[in-house]
Amino acid sequence: MGVVALILAAGIVAWTAQIWWGMGMAGKRTPEMWAMYITTFVFWIGIGHAGTLISAILYLFRARWRTSIYRGAEAMTVFAVMTAGLFPLIHAGRMWFAYWLLPYPNQRYLWPNFRSPLVWDVFAISTYLTISVVFFSVGLFPDIAALRDMSTGWKKRIYSILALGWEGSDSQWRHYQRAYGLLASLATPLVLSVHSVVSWDFAMALVPGWHSTLFAPFFVDGAIFSGFAMVLVLIIPMRHFFRLQPYLTDRHLDAMAKLILVTSLVLTYFYVCEAFTAWYSGEHFEKASMFARATRQYAWAFWLQYFCNSLVPLVLFRKRARTHTPTLYVVSLFVLVGMWFERFNIIVPGLAHDFYPYTWGTYVPTVTDTTIIIASFAWFFILFLAFIRVLPSVSIVEVKETLAAPFKTPRAGH
Amino acid sequence: MSAQVLGVFAHVDTTVDAILRLKAGGYRDLTVYTPVPVHEILDTLEVERPLSRVRLFTLVGGLSGTTLGFFLTIYSALRFGQVTGGKPIVSIPPYVVIAFELTILLGGLATLLGMLVLGRIPRLTPSAAYDPRFTRDKFGVAVACALGQVQSVRDILAATGAEEVRS
Repeated sequence: MGVVALILAAGIVAWTAQIWWGMGMAGKRTPEMWAMYITTFVFWIGIGHAGTLISAILYLFRARWRTSIYRGAEAMTVFAVMTAGLFPLIHAGRMWFAYWLLPYPNQRYLWPNFRSPLVWDVFAISTYLTISVVFFSVGLFPDIAALRDMSTGWKKRIYSILALGWEGSDSQWRHYQRAYGLLASLATPLVLSVHSVVSWDFAMALVPGWHSTLFAPFFVDGAIFSGFAMVLVLIIPMRHFFRLQPYLTDRHLDAMAKLILVTSLVLTYFYVCEAFTAWYSGEHFEKASMFARATRQYAWAFWLQYFCNSLVPLVLFRKRARTHTPTLYVVSLFVLVGMWFERFNIIVPGLAHDFYPYTWGTYVPTVTDTTIIIASFAWFFILFLAFIRVLPSVSIVEVKETLAAPFKTPRAGH
Repeated sequence: MSAQVLGVFAHVDTTVDAILRLKAGGYRDLTVYTPVPVHEILDTLEVERPLSRVRLFTLVGGLSGTTLGFFLTIYSALRFGQVTGGKPIVSIPPYVVIAFELTILLGGLATLLGMLVLGRIPRLTPSAAYDPRFTRDKFGVAVACALGQVQSVRDILAATGAEEVRS
């Protein structure tokens, strides 16, 4: 925790320096006005998606195995979106003007341009954050009430406030269940829309390599893929250190590994489509952009992405690999690296090589932006570690629900 | 004068039995506390109750979101009146995105509000019948009745297998 806090402090110093001396500190030169910040923003938003997928979509499909992982995954969503939300602010430089994006009658007589995908993004991300927090806290009320009734002293007082006086009466459960189901049905289309909107930040622009109708499903799939990898990165150590093996069984790992494998195959298909479309379109700039990405200064990142996202996950075809935690952990780390580079490969080489050779350029990372990006991981992990320290990281109520209810006379065939 | 009798149960079937017998005895004002939602108990209670009205909150919230989304975008575009990208001032397709996001946002917030309002949360003091064991592993049946009926309610609760009966 100390190391993580130190990294976070370094990030804050770097951000302060960037605010003081300007955006040049982050290596921004024309044409590379979007670089690692936006890459990391998209990366973190993507991470959040697996959490909502597990908590909402698998809930609607009544997938019982989600029970023991969904709380951790949901917390991951909330913290990932909180981390992601910082990046547009950091990227915008003068983040104290960020409120200009909000639509309200103001003395500047200005309204945001609702035709801009960047404004859609503001709405999508803030809705996503709000709904994730609501969904997360609704699931927490009964659990916090259970904690309240078990604890004493000042802890009891804090949990009492957080539990909002939950008592588990029949009318509370009735409305709770209905509300939970409705929130899950609202969150499901939301999660698919959020990454589509993020992808339109690129797809609506005319930059070669960005202007594609493929981007929405491509981004959503990539998001779920990287999100599941992050879930594994978080719960494998959690399961080990807190001895949660009875709750987070090999079956859970197997199920998640299968989802990673499926999303990896879909992603590979999208990669092939992307390259094929660039070639088959006969569009000169599209072809040139694709060719430049694969062969020029960022070629290493391009091939690294294919290696991490399309080749490494194939290991998971073996059943033994799907339940062998060290293998799963390493594969997940590769996936995270690969998915970060996928966003990098869309943004940076895309801008580096557009229509006009005069405007071509190369972006080189600086100490400032690299530190801020590493610090974003520290920020995320601090939030997550604090969460598993004070709140139940496995849902108490839902695990109890999966146990057989106590009956005095055992029922037949239930 | 009215009184309240509480029976604490350890099993689902004894709880359901108690609820059925209390209902048969004409006691309607029951509050049942359970650590998790148990469908046997909720179903027994729900026979004569309407479906949860939370969905009404969601519907109203969602529709207000859609309306607000279109109103905000169309109104501000008309106020500003600037053509960008050669598109019409009021260009509906991009506004659908805003309207959709606001539908989900207000729908979700209204659902939360509905759950809180209908479930009478937050409450500052625990209700008289509440016992901390109800979030752990016990079931509680609280019956509101007239003072003169206390003994008969106690008898029903004890007969159905309550571990503890208090009033």
